[in-house]
Amino acid sequence: MSWRPARVVSARRETSEARTVGLDIEGWPGHVAGQHVDVRLTAEDGYTAVRSYSISSSAPSGRLEITVDRLDDGEVSPYLIDQLSAGDRIEIRGPSGGWFVWRPETAPAPPPRAVQLIGGGSGIVPLMSMIRTHAETASVTPFRLLYSVRSPALALFRDELMRLERDDPALQLAWAYSRAAPEGWPSPPARLDRDRTVAAAFPPPVGAEVYVCGASPFVESVTQWLVEASHPADHIKTERYGG
Amino acid sequence: MGIFSPGFGGKRRSDVVGLPPGQYLTESFPVLSAGATPRVSLDEWAFSISTETGALHRWSWQELMALPIEDVTTDIHCVTSWSKFGTGWRGVSLDTLFAEVETTAEFSMAYSYGGYTTNLPLADLRGGKAWIAFDFDGAPLEPQHGGPARLLVPHLYFWKSAKWVHGLNLLTEDEPGFWEQNGYHMRGDPFLEQRYW
Repeated sequence: MSWRPARVVSARRETSEARTVGLDIEGWPGHVAGQHVDVRLTAEDGYTAVRSYSISSSAPSGRLEITVDRLDDGEVSPYLIDQLSAGDRIEIRGPSGGWFVWRPETAPAPPPRAVQLIGGGSGIVPLMSMIRTHAETASVTPFRLLYSVRSPALALFRDELMRLERDDPALQLAWAYSRAAPEGWPSPPARLDRDRTVAAAFPPPVGAEVYVCGASPFVESVTQWLVEASHPADHIKTERYGG
Repeated sequence: MGIFSPGFGGKRRSDVVGLPPGQYLTESFPVLSAGATPRVSLDEWAFSISTETGALHRWSWQELMALPIEDVTTDIHCVTSWSKFGTGWRGVSLDTLFAEVETTAEFSMAYSYGGYTTNLPLADLRGGKAWIAFDFDGAPLEPQHGGPARLLVPHLYFWKSAKWVHGLNLLTEDEPGFWEQNGYHMRGDPFLEQRYW
């Protein structure tokens, strides 16, 4: 797999800490929901830095959009969020990842297997590609998302998720706010815990395929709770970032 | 390539000696794993090598601890682009385990508690290059980093250093393991940047 030049065709602020960058690549083969790409930046003296970012756009759209969350002491993400602009060129390798992916059912197909998505913070990004793919293909696979986020203002794709939930009968959302909840929210903000995780997820007998993505401690806790609540470990796929 | 990013300076400059191409240095120890973390008690833990003829060699935790234990200080390189220098491990050399194994196989499949697999040529496991490691930074290896014990094959990308390692099947022909079936390279030499197919 080699590096390809990519042109920035769109840049959209998602929150104060995150931005979605649309890229145009000649001969882009498309991607599967859940995959990521590597981004390479080159300084004028030839120094390069490479980081991986999940794709947030849907698979059937054929478009390549990555959503980048700011790492305060990061080397690449502040540049992608604050400085990169439409028309700029960067280099992309990918798409990569053949495991943390979801493909919509094709007709005729056996009854679809339910999908439980659990995202923490920017861990929503690859899950968003799956949710958009689900909506655009009118998939009847039962989808649930548990999204743990610090505050409504930091929630990625919040308006779109609420609209999709309204329009997509097979999609159900559960929000978990850890620091600040919306006005009138029924429960005070609190760290996601075992009870809320297990209650929000499809019960184990459903046999849902579970995708968990977020910071490493978040993924570690959530997967442990699920396994202890009798979710089979071999139905759980994870993607982690950070130490 | 002629593609530069104006205003991008980069933070962790200086040409770092020993850093493979496309890698950056980190002080932390990120976790890459495909699923939930298996929990294996030392009572049930065992490591086996089965040869191409079907001969089986097995070590319990106590038997492993009775073997010569080595201190290993090494750089490690993850395919997700981080490298960490000077990590400290304790473990038993694969050479010690292979001393009693008779084989002409050239390949192996490492397998783990939890179902993970990764393929390794025997040449990468012998000759002082690979260990069954159970201590990291002076403490028992944590489950999310592969404890009780993981393979340590630091000259290859770290997905080859199978966490929760349970055994090796010796093979006469190379076969892809878990990540190798999912897009990663069959050998994974970081200095040749063998990340993907």
